[in-house]
Amino acid sequence: MPEADATPLLEVQGLGKRFGGFVALDGIDLTIAKGERLGLIGPNGSGKSTLVNCLCGTLQNETGTVHFAGRPLNGLIAHERTHLGLARSFQLPKPFHSMSLIDNLRIPLLYTVNKRPGHHLSDTAIAERCAELLKDVGLADKARRRPRDLTQVEMRKLELARAVATGPVLLFADEAMAGLSHSEIEEILAVLMRLNEEGITIVLIEHIMSAVMSFSTRLVVLVAGHKIADGPPQEAIRNPEVERAYLGE
Amino acid sequence: MRAPLFWLIIVAVGLAFIVLTRSFLTNEYFYFAGYVVLQYIVLSTAWNILGGYTGYTNFGTGAFFASGAYCSVVLHKLPTLLHSAFGLTIAPIPLPVMILAGGLISGLMGLGTGYLTLRLRGVFFAIATLALSIVVQTLIVNWDYVGGSRGIYIIRPALAPLGGGYIQYLFSLMTLLAVVAVGIARSIERSRLGLGLHSIRDDELAAEASGVPTLRLKLVATALSGALMGMAGAPLPYYVTYLDPTSSFNLAYAVNSVAMPVIGGMTNWIGPVIGAILLGTIQQVATVTISSALNLLIVGLLLIFFVIIAPNGIVGMVQSWRRQREA
Repeated sequence: MPEADATPLLEVQGLGKRFGGFVALDGIDLTIAKGERLGLIGPNGSGKSTLVNCLCGTLQNETGTVHFAGRPLNGLIAHERTHLGLARSFQLPKPFHSMSLIDNLRIPLLYTVNKRPGHHLSDTAIAERCAELLKDVGLADKARRRPRDLTQVEMRKLELARAVATGPVLLFADEAMAGLSHSEIEEILAVLMRLNEEGITIVLIEHIMSAVMSFSTRLVVLVAGHKIADGPPQEAIRNPEVERAYLGE
Repeated sequence: MRAPLFWLIIVAVGLAFIVLTRSFLTNEYFYFAGYVVLQYIVLSTAWNILGGYTGYTNFGTGAFFASGAYCSVVLHKLPTLLHSAFGLTIAPIPLPVMILAGGLISGLMGLGTGYLTLRLRGVFFAIATLALSIVVQTLIVNWDYVGGSRGIYIIRPALAPLGGGYIQYLFSLMTLLAVVAVGIARSIERSRLGLGLHSIRDDELAAEASGVPTLRLKLVATALSGALMGMAGAPLPYYVTYLDPTSSFNLAYAVNSVAMPVIGGMTNWIGPVIGAILLGTIQQVATVTISSALNLLIVGLLLIFFVIIAPNGIVGMVQSWRRQREA
């Protein structure tokens, strides 16, 4: 694992989001260091995906501030945050269904990587990078196929590959393993581990506890829009509040 | 095929078409009917840039088309206005300039409405564009200078440039416009912009997350689509010689420019062209042989047929037939 940097990569202070009268997130403080593998857990409806949506610009938070590598993110829309190096996969895979897998990956390369100064890729370099990304997630032989030809696990791999194609510094994997079998989970975990070794900071949002526990170096627990625990995984799950949230009184 | 080669070919085809028709066809009716078909090639190709590539259904073709036409009316009357108001004498404005001006006005209108409505999706966007058509029509109806609700007569110049009759001149211009529209559509399709527009059509949130500036791309598509529609409308006053709001904002323009790409196929440039030639020709033939009221009935029936039997249009049908043969 790469050494964690002292200056935080992502700094969230007092983040709040409501939908009408419903408070989805309330006063979330969170710091993520470079190179970390952070597990984000919480019961259904606790605000995990809303938090990812607010951090990635799909939704705009009403209160609080978010700094990414020292730069304020407030007011930036989703694609601007992607350009800065924040990437996310969606909980329900959202492939570009009319395009081949190669073209699915060409979009982030053309619109994000090529936008970064000094990173411009030629057409051949883009084709090579697409092939490489597909190979990394084990989809090399399906490069010309359409997403509809993929299985559920392949679809999630494509979703992950597309997020990785943006060349992220920080990657949010939103329930990348839901509904997958044990061996399929192992496959996805291996991919995430390798990405982390390559220097990408990863936030894993997941319900599958075994996966979260084996992957994470730190665990954050959200319940009803509040952060109730933050620390080493084994300590965090023994926190009485966390036990109450998951197991009841 | 490379883009410059494609442009070269379609420009050559367009010019050859103009020369051949002028050399061999003298019947004015051919030009009169052919103009409408060519106009629909421009309209359906323009519609498809936003509707087919980007996935936003525009029912406001009439607004963009008629704005181009009324822009020409204003420019047509401009020399007289300048003379009576300021004593200035200027030459009549040539039609190609009017076409560019009409494109500019409708393009700006596309940009403006796009900015206001592109946050709406699906049926709500379609309703907003339909409303736009009604708003613009109301403005024109109440604008006396361009004829208001009673309409306006436009007298064609006595001499047509390029020789031949004026209808042949209009026909030639519309041929060139069709070439330009098809060339632009095809260039977009193969470009980075085209890939970005497709990603918006497939999934807008995923496109944003991949770094695609969706709003900006959609604005480019609306502006371009609107501009081409306005350009198609600019020669209309000289074609009909009597322009009124009811006919220039006719819903038939909107319905046809949706139906033609749907029937031809929306995924690439050739679809709207096939749809426009097929449907436009059938309509013209039906008008003379059966009745002019039958036009929209034919469109309606064909649309129902295609939506049920071949939702991807003729191009989609051919593609799946080819895939089956390969498999």
